[in-house]
Amino acid sequence: MKILVCISHVPDTTSKINFTNGDSEFDTNGVQFVINPNDEFGLTRAIWLQEQQGANVTVVNVGGPDTEPTLRKALAIGANEAIRVNANPTDGFFVAKQLAEVIKQGQYDLVICGKESLDYNGGMVPGMIAGLLSYNFVNSCIDVKVDGSSVKAIREIDGGKETISASLPLVIGGQKGLVEEKDLRIPNMRGIMTARTKALTVLEPIATNVNTKAVKFEKPAPKSAVKLVSADNLDELVNLLHNEAKVI
Amino acid sequence: MSLLIYAESAEGKFKKVAFELASYAKKVAESLGTSVTAVTINTADVSELSKYGVDKVLKVSNDKLSSFNAKAYADVIKQAAQKEGAKVIVLSSTTDSIYLAPLVTVGLDAGYASNVVGLPLSISPFQVKRNAFSNKAFNITEISTDVKVVGLAKNSYGLVESNSSLSTEDFSPSLNDADFHVKVESVEKVTGKVTIADAEVVVSGGRGLKGPENWALVEDLATVLGAATACSKPVSDLGWRPHSEHVGQTGKPVATNLYIAIGISGAIQHIAGINSSKVKVVINSDPEAPFFKVADYGVVGDAFEIVPKLTQKLKEFKAQNS
Repeated sequence: MKILVCISHVPDTTSKINFTNGDSEFDTNGVQFVINPNDEFGLTRAIWLQEQQGANVTVVNVGGPDTEPTLRKALAIGANEAIRVNANPTDGFFVAKQLAEVIKQGQYDLVICGKESLDYNGGMVPGMIAGLLSYNFVNSCIDVKVDGSSVKAIREIDGGKETISASLPLVIGGQKGLVEEKDLRIPNMRGIMTARTKALTVLEPIATNVNTKAVKFEKPAPKSAVKLVSADNLDELVNLLHNEAKVI
Repeated sequence: MSLLIYAESAEGKFKKVAFELASYAKKVAESLGTSVTAVTINTADVSELSKYGVDKVLKVSNDKLSSFNAKAYADVIKQAAQKEGAKVIVLSSTTDSIYLAPLVTVGLDAGYASNVVGLPLSISPFQVKRNAFSNKAFNITEISTDVKVVGLAKNSYGLVESNSSLSTEDFSPSLNDADFHVKVESVEKVTGKVTIADAEVVVSGGRGLKGPENWALVEDLATVLGAATACSKPVSDLGWRPHSEHVGQTGKPVATNLYIAIGISGAIQHIAGINSSKVKVVINSDPEAPFFKVADYGVVGDAFEIVPKLTQKLKEFKAQNS
């Protein structure tokens, strides 16, 4: 089984978000980048499939040379090889097109993406890949088991979950639940050493239409100060919620 | 070339979000000089949509579609859009709709903006404002394709009534076997409990509650308010509460009318996940807790004393106002 894990290189969750160049670009100054958390759950799950079922795991990212440390980290965690599509990821469709091309060339059976990245929050790349390739697709996926070419997956739904059967090739939009936080693999020294000699292939992007573009960014308006209510005067809180905020 | 919405239902009844989509679509259709068509799947009575400005319903009734299937549902919406010549398709941000939206988009060679928080800023070029960076910023996106898919963020527009004379037409899209290659085998759903996705009010607890045995505090308050219960990441990591209750940047997003946080200090990742909620109330013993900086109302003090008192006060309030 060939698995492709699609990885976004995103600001660490504690990052302060600022913009530059007339609010048209994200300001990377002083920002730590990490593997997108939803992708990280999928990567560890892929490593389990590698260890238990002998799957071959490739990681891929669409980004500039500055994203290579993130791919090296994924190799140190245990991926067999890495691919970088050398392009600035302008929108979800662009990324999906590039990844669909990588998948077509590499004939992957299982494509694991995070259900959304924590920077642009588009939540569209896995579904678009599936649509472009006519692959089966499970979003909000919290469990995946592969037996030959048949797959059992679990999808989180509002207020519960559903069990799904499908067959390979399959794309999943993964999230926490594929593995738990405590199961996440972190690179050890041996992993870091072997990662240096694993293949990291750089591919040039294919041409595609521009369907959407990010024109500008804005920060939320500053918040007015909190209204503090004394713990001895909770009638006042009920009153404010009813008459001022009108939420009860 | 009307504007198309997918009006979602559960057990044959429209979800509230269907009416929010209709309200939003009506306003967008006015600025485009067109009408609103809704496609419905296995919803017997569609008349309620006329209260929110829908002009026409394409009514799909098909036993094969009795449980949600993203590919098949996307195929239905795609064929409805083609039939109507729709240039703008508005979808919601429920788990089901964000699952099918990219499939609809690719099927129609469209451009898609998700998490959109308001009416288009301009029609030509078509620009919308959307949540990005996990609610820490907004991103203005231009969709340049002929057909545009807009995913409306949850609880971002509200309900606006406007009466219309609704025409209904039965619609039988052609479905093929490939639409059903992903099969739902079984569904486990909590019944009789308000889910975070549907809730208008969420009551959330953090490590300040000291242990899972104290969760009755959160649950009692939630019961009075008809609210869903939630928790912070440390609480779910410690196993005090199930992961499905974890709200925040890597958990579930919350966009409710009222969010009450008890004993949660307000880590940046937690705030990011709940910041789309309209009114935030924080109860915490530490006056320096960062959560107070983003809250609308705050009470500084011991949650074990305050919460039961507040629950009692709200009970009295509800008794008087119902």
